[in-house]
Amino acid sequence: MPGILINKTYCKGCELCVRACPMQIIAMSKELNEKGYFCAILQEPTKCIGCRICAITCPDAAIEVHTHGTQFALFKY
Amino acid sequence: MAKKLMKGNEAIAEAAVCVGAINYFAYPITPQSEVAEYLARRLPEVGGVFIQAESEVAVGNMLFGAACSGKRVFTTSSSPGISLMQEAISYMAGAHLPVVIVNIMRGGPGLGGILPAQSDYFQAVKGGGHGDYRLIVLAPSSVQEAVDLTILAFQLADKYRAPVMMIGDGMIGQMMESVEFPAKYQDPPLPPKDWALGGARGRKPQVIKSLFLDPIALEKNNILLAEKYKVIRENEVRYELYKVNNKNRLLLFAYGMMARICQTAIDELETEGISVGLFRPISLFPFPEKEVYREVLKDNIERLLTVEMSMGQMVEDIERCSKGKKPLGFYGRTGGIVPMTEEVKGAVKKELGLVK
Amino acid sequence: MAKDELTILGRPESLSDNITHYCPGCTHGIIHRLVAESIDELGVRERTVGVAPVGCAVLIYNYLNVDFMESPHGRAPALATGFKRLRPDMIVFTYQGDGDLASIGMSEIIHAANRGEKFTVVFVNNAIYGMTGGQMAPTTMPHQKTTTSPMGRDVSLSGYPIRVAELLSSLRTPAYIARTAVHTPIHVIDAKQKIKRAFAYQIQGKCFSLVEVLSTCPTNWGIAPDAATRWVTDNMMPYYPLGTFKTPEEEIA
Repeated sequence: MPGILINKTYCKGCELCVRACPMQIIAMSKELNEKGYFCAILQEPTKCIGCRICAITCPDAAIEVHTHGTQFALFKY
Repeated sequence: MAKKLMKGNEAIAEAAVCVGAINYFAYPITPQSEVAEYLARRLPEVGGVFIQAESEVAVGNMLFGAACSGKRVFTTSSSPGISLMQEAISYMAGAHLPVVIVNIMRGGPGLGGILPAQSDYFQAVKGGGHGDYRLIVLAPSSVQEAVDLTILAFQLADKYRAPVMMIGDGMIGQMMESVEFPAKYQDPPLPPKDWALGGARGRKPQVIKSLFLDPIALEKNNILLAEKYKVIRENEVRYELYKVNNKNRLLLFAYGMMARICQTAIDELETEGISVGLFRPISLFPFPEKEVYREVLKDNIERLLTVEMSMGQMVEDIERCSKGKKPLGFYGRTGGIVPMTEEVKGAVKKELGLVK
Repeated sequence: MAKDELTILGRPESLSDNITHYCPGCTHGIIHRLVAESIDELGVRERTVGVAPVGCAVLIYNYLNVDFMESPHGRAPALATGFKRLRPDMIVFTYQGDGDLASIGMSEIIHAANRGEKFTVVFVNNAIYGMTGGQMAPTTMPHQKTTTSPMGRDVSLSGYPIRVAELLSSLRTPAYIARTAVHTPIHVIDAKQKIKRAFAYQIQGKCFSLVEVLSTCPTNWGIAPDAATRWVTDNMMPYYPLGTFKTPEEEIA
C-alpha cells in the first residue's frame, strides 16, 4: 500500500501539495514546525495511490513517496 | 635561448607561454592589441585557449571562471579596458584567485588618447574595485624586464593565490628591444592548488566565492587578505637604485619608461657636474616605503623630485614615505606626451635652484 | 518502513540536506530538485561544476552537492565559458534569474550562446527581482506592479517583457533552447525532461543549451503560493509560450 512521509523540518506550509494531490487527502496541520510553519499532513493514508504528484510539486523536497510490491507508474518522471 | 628583437606586447605574450600560461582572454584595445593577435596564432600551437571576449567585463569574468580550474590564466588590456575589469578583479581578490592582468597604459581620463601614460597608478596601486583589497603591482622599464616581471607575476599569483597586475605605459608595449626567454623554464616551489574546482569526486563539494553574508565570516576573509598583504609587504618589495651615492644632491623618483629617461638625464647632468641619483620602484605594491625613507634621510640629499607621465600620483606615496624630511618636487607630462631628457634636466636644475 | 518498502521518489543525492532560504511556495526549490535529479540520473555529480548567480539563487551552492563558483551579477555565462573551455571534461551549468541573465547579463548570455559554448543554462523567469525586494525586471509583464513600476509596467517607457528563449533562438549557432514551467505538476514533468535533455546535450559535447523556466515569486508578487501558480497560467503563459525553440539537430539555413 503506497504512502508518503512529509518531513516536518523541510515543510514550509506553502500548501502547493494540498491542491496538487489528486485524492485531496493532504491538509495543513495545526502543528507548527521549529521554523514556525504549519506543516502539511497526510490525512487519509489508506487513500494514497502513490502517484508522486505531491512530491513532484513540493518546492522543498519535503515529501518522500513509498510503496510496497508493484506500483503502477501513472506517468514517467 | 638566443636574443630576439621583439615588440613589447609580443614579448609579454611569449613570456606567458613560457610559464605555461596558455589560457588567455582579451578584447582588442590600442596600444596592446598585438598581444591578442600574437596569441591568436601562438596558443593553438601549444594547446592553449584563446578567446576574444565581447567586452573587458566579460574578459574579467572569464578569467574568474578559468582561474577556478587552477590553471594559469591571464589577460592584457589598456586603461579603459582595465577600468571595465575592476569589479571582476575585486571578486578575484576576495575569492583568493591567482590571475595575471597586464595594463599597457594609455592617456586618460575617459577615452583619453592612445599614447603612453602612467595615469592609472592610483587605480592599480590603491585598488580600482570595491572593498579592502590590494593588487601586487609590478612596473617594468624595458621589454626584457616586462618579460621577467610577467614570469614573476605568475609565480607571485600562485604563491599568494592573488591577482597580480603588471603596468607598463604604451611604449613598453609598442617598442622593440632585444629580449631573451628562459631556455628551460622551471617554476620555483609553489603551493598546491587543492582549492581548484574539478568535481566533488572523493571529496566534499568545494565553493569558490567572495560572498560572506555573515559579517563575522566576511571580516575573517578581510583579515585573511590583510595578513596576506602583510606577508607580501615583507617579502616582495623590489626596486632599483641608479647612480645613488653620497655625492647626490637630488634624488629622482620614477618608474617604468620614465625611469629610463631619467637615467639618461642623470648621465648628462653628471657631465655638467650635477650629481643626481634615481630611485626606481619596480613593485608599486608592495611599495618600497622603508627604502625610500632610508635614502631620503641621507644628509647629502638636498631635494627630491618625482617624475611621472601623469599629473602626479606616485608622488603622493613618495611624500608619504619621505615624511616631509626633504622638500619634494614633481614634474609630469600627460596627454601621451613623454617628457624629453632636456625637460627632466631642466626640472632637476630648477628644483636645485640652479635655474629660474 | 515496512520490510519490502520501496522509496519511489525521495530527495536526490545531488540535493543537499540544507533547508533552503527560499520563501514558502517559491518554485526555485522545484527547479533545484530537477537539476539535482538530472545530475543524479545522468550520473555526473562528481564532474559537475555550477556557477551561482547573484539573486535569490545566490546561495544555490548550499543546496546542490556539486562544486560551485559564484559569479558577479550577470556574469555567470562568462565564468562558465572560462571554466568549461579549460575543463571541457567537466559538466558546467549556470543557474540564473531574469534580472541576472536578461538585464545586467544580457551581453554575456548572448555572446556565450553565439560562441556556442558547451555549457548548460538554467534560466529562471519569475518576472521580477526577488532578492532585492520586488523591483521590475526585463521580464516583468505589462501593467505588472512592482516596487519600481508602482503604477504597473508602462511599456511606452520601459518597453515590453523580453522573451529570452526566442531572442537566443534567433542566433545562427546551433543550440538547444526551450522554455518550460514548474507551476503545476504536469509542467514540472515537462521541465524535468527539458532540463535533463539540456544536460544530456552537454554530456554529448553537442552544443550550448538553455532552458527558460517560468517560476513564481509569491512574496514579491504579493500572491499566496497556490494562487501564484494560477497567475503564471493567466498572465505569463500567454506571453511566454512553452516549447522547444531550437535544437542542434535541425538544419538551419
